[in-house]
Amino acid sequence: MARHTIEINVNGAPSKGEVESRLLLVHFLRENLRLTGTHIGCDTTHCGACTVLLDGVPVKSCTVLAVQADGRAVDTVEGLEKDGKLHPVQEGFFQEHGLQCGYCTPGMMMTSCALLSTNGSPTEADVRRAISGNLCRCTGYVNIVKAVLHAAASAREQKAAKAS
Amino acid sequence: MASTPRTSPEVGGMGHSVKRKEDPRFLRGKGNYVDDIQLPGMLHMDIVRSPYAHAKILKIDSSAALKVPGVLAVITGQTLEQYKLHWMPTLMSDTQMVLPTEKVMYQAQEVAAVIATDRYAAADGAAAVEVDYDPLPVVVDPFKALEPGAPVLRTDKPGKTDNRIFHWEVGDRAATDKALAASDVVVEQKIYLPRIHVASIETCGIVADFDRIRGKLTVYMTTQAPHAIRTVIALVAGHVGLSEEKIRVVSPDIGGGFGGKVPVYPGYVIAIAASVVIGKPVKWVEDRMENLQADSFARDYHITAALGAKKDGTMTGLRIKTIADHGYADAAANPSKFPAGLFSICTGSYKMPVAFAEVDGVYTNKPPGGIAYRCSFRVTEAVHAIERMTDMLAQELKMDPAQLRMKNFIPENEFPYKSVLGWEYDSGNYPAALKKAMDIVGYDALRKEQAEKRKKGELMGIGISSFTEIVGAGPSKQFDILGIKMFDSCELRVHPTGKATARFGTKSQGQGHETTYAQIIAEELGIPAAHVEVEEGDTDTAPYGLGTYASRSTPTAGAAGAIAARKVRDKAKKIAAYVLEVSEDDLVWEVGKFSVKGAPQKSKTIQDIAFAAYTNHPQGMEAGLEAVDYYDPPNLTFPFGSYICVVDIDRGTGEVKVRRFVAVDDCGNIINPMIVDGQIHGGLSMGLAPALYEEITYDEDGNVHGGSFMDYLVPTAMETPKWETDKTITPSPHHPFGAKGVGESATVGAPPAIANAVVDALAHLGVKHIDIPITPEKVWKILKEKGAAE
Repeated sequence: MARHTIEINVNGAPSKGEVESRLLLVHFLRENLRLTGTHIGCDTTHCGACTVLLDGVPVKSCTVLAVQADGRAVDTVEGLEKDGKLHPVQEGFFQEHGLQCGYCTPGMMMTSCALLSTNGSPTEADVRRAISGNLCRCTGYVNIVKAVLHAAASAREQKAAKAS
Repeated sequence: MASTPRTSPEVGGMGHSVKRKEDPRFLRGKGNYVDDIQLPGMLHMDIVRSPYAHAKILKIDSSAALKVPGVLAVITGQTLEQYKLHWMPTLMSDTQMVLPTEKVMYQAQEVAAVIATDRYAAADGAAAVEVDYDPLPVVVDPFKALEPGAPVLRTDKPGKTDNRIFHWEVGDRAATDKALAASDVVVEQKIYLPRIHVASIETCGIVADFDRIRGKLTVYMTTQAPHAIRTVIALVAGHVGLSEEKIRVVSPDIGGGFGGKVPVYPGYVIAIAASVVIGKPVKWVEDRMENLQADSFARDYHITAALGAKKDGTMTGLRIKTIADHGYADAAANPSKFPAGLFSICTGSYKMPVAFAEVDGVYTNKPPGGIAYRCSFRVTEAVHAIERMTDMLAQELKMDPAQLRMKNFIPENEFPYKSVLGWEYDSGNYPAALKKAMDIVGYDALRKEQAEKRKKGELMGIGISSFTEIVGAGPSKQFDILGIKMFDSCELRVHPTGKATARFGTKSQGQGHETTYAQIIAEELGIPAAHVEVEEGDTDTAPYGLGTYASRSTPTAGAAGAIAARKVRDKAKKIAAYVLEVSEDDLVWEVGKFSVKGAPQKSKTIQDIAFAAYTNHPQGMEAGLEAVDYYDPPNLTFPFGSYICVVDIDRGTGEVKVRRFVAVDDCGNIINPMIVDGQIHGGLSMGLAPALYEEITYDEDGNVHGGSFMDYLVPTAMETPKWETDKTITPSPHHPFGAKGVGESATVGAPPAIANAVVDALAHLGVKHIDIPITPEKVWKILKEKGAAE
């Protein structure tokens, strides 16, 4: 099997690797880089537990090859917290009880981040549509929706505070 | 609604929506699930599975697999037979294969395992194992399995001449037949509750690590019951030198359980055997298709029910006959004396004068199981039967289903109520919950809206479910698993600085025990919940317990926590009396401190007392401040609720849209309202799922349909409605702090509310019953047949 040298910018820092062509991005993150916050829940791109951002766009990292991410930027749950401060999405999930077992949570949060980066004032329907590729078995989604709306509101407040 | 907390928000005892202590790690991606564990030198395992549902194994050729780079070993039934590990007991005292030596019994059954240096090599190896099969006749229909002349599946059992596993019955058959014969009206219906799968987002897995020098096996495993697993390993593998004190089972963070992580699966046993033989850690994590196709399923109950009543709607008797398809082994996880679980709760919330229920368990060529799907041992099946039959009775009598329920509810003043099938319901106020749900949803206005819509040809339905749960197994005189009584435990240590560590025999899989158990201790001792560290899931440190399933954690381990704290308080009182130089009788307890009667300025806080317990304890008293409690509940608890569902049906597509769903739950006293609501939201979603979407079926050759998320439709945020929840509070009279358990009520109560709503929407067309899942296809066919399709 052919091997490739790849370099991926993961959470803002360059990460090099020697990988087989077939290595999945999720395995590169979890096993080569030991970033185990990105989870695996299915093999068919349905559950979304492995969602990461590839150049800012949410992808299911269980069906992306590591070599496809060569030269690109990947963001994972481990990169959300900045300077010891939780990201508004993390804070929203905490405040609104948007997680129970925690297994779908990283993927759910990455998808939510992508939504908020393009739509700062989503409606409940927008949130539901955005997270429809991420399955949760514990929460019934009610508090996840609240968590994302909470995050949107606090991100808007932060932005307003910075502007004034 | 919640009662006012006794403690301050800083202490965070019962009734406070304390934010979860487990969240900081999960939010940062720092949880520790089984697949996150990576040990030095760890090997990986993959499994070869059968494409046939029933076949003789003629030959397994491992030679090509062993040539794959990185592959170290191929394990077959013959390998395990050398160690007498090729069969294992199920939790129901049946037997199942770990790996087959002669034949396979269901599609996706484990046939061989490949051990390799990484997971890709293991998968390559598994693909290279060649197996020759000789197909055998397949039995998929449990009714055909019981017919004379059906192929006998369990030929491994000497003298077995049919496919019946058990016959179980309860109640008075003759009296019930007589009561039904004398009834003014009897409704009868066949109801099928299909085979479904819990599909927790984390699949099952294990890292088995055998240390040859110390002779110690450490197992990191997705298990809801680590202590029971340790004992099972010791019993199954004691003869190969695994002794219980040398077995440590660790259940790390668990990504959802719902009953699917109670059983012992063959993959676990193979990984343990491989680690013991090779002397290196071995990891096995199943993929989603393996999870859906081979792990224990739930339900698969073929029910025939008859409910009788007088003309005025008074119920006169209930008869239920059930065929339970268990697959090729009875691998349910029921208490030993209950082969059909707690199905005898089937008289529900109603005053039923006489009843009879029987269940026959049957072998077929399907995966073994019969576990719960977020429910307390066959309670969902029972509730679905009685709540559907109650609506059918209302339809037959042309009575409003709410009115019929109100008429038959067990009256509030008759609790504790002894049901005709033998349970003592601890407490309840059923009319209050239904009334509240009707008020919230605006029941009368909805009925008017429905009547108007019907005139216009629009399809709208309102469905009610007034369920009674039965949880918290259980009292030791009746409840055991493999002989181990179903108590649960807490070991509480208060440290010199007044902080505490509490360990429990259960294991959270998302329920938030680290928070709620700390709140129980905070409530009892006044030590802030923030300063109570809760630990579970490590058999080397936690006291023995039977684990978390069947909504039993709060009723059993939570109770043990409160009792252990009260034992600590009793000792604290003696120390306080000594330090304050008064008699114990002169002390009064308020949250967090003992003070002298009549002189409240003379007091000692629990923190002062804890310090004294290690620095200034009375002579003759043992130092320290700790207690252990093994709690044996005197009875089960009986949470209840009333749910009302409103649906609209698309006449063009047959699609059912849940417009509103109001859930009024009563789980007794509440520890953390935020967490209780979260549990109910999740439970409702796992009630919606089988009601409208989820089903695993088989074709006549035993090929599975619904074996991946392509076909097994777990609801997304798009299908799931915005749940509306409220509460009534009727404390359990026998539980130490009046709680009842809540994790599964909603899964049990929701499906019949949804099914009743759909049938209600179509009732004027002559529809009386639809089996779940109520798919657009099923509804569209009915609409077409009735000439109502658009």
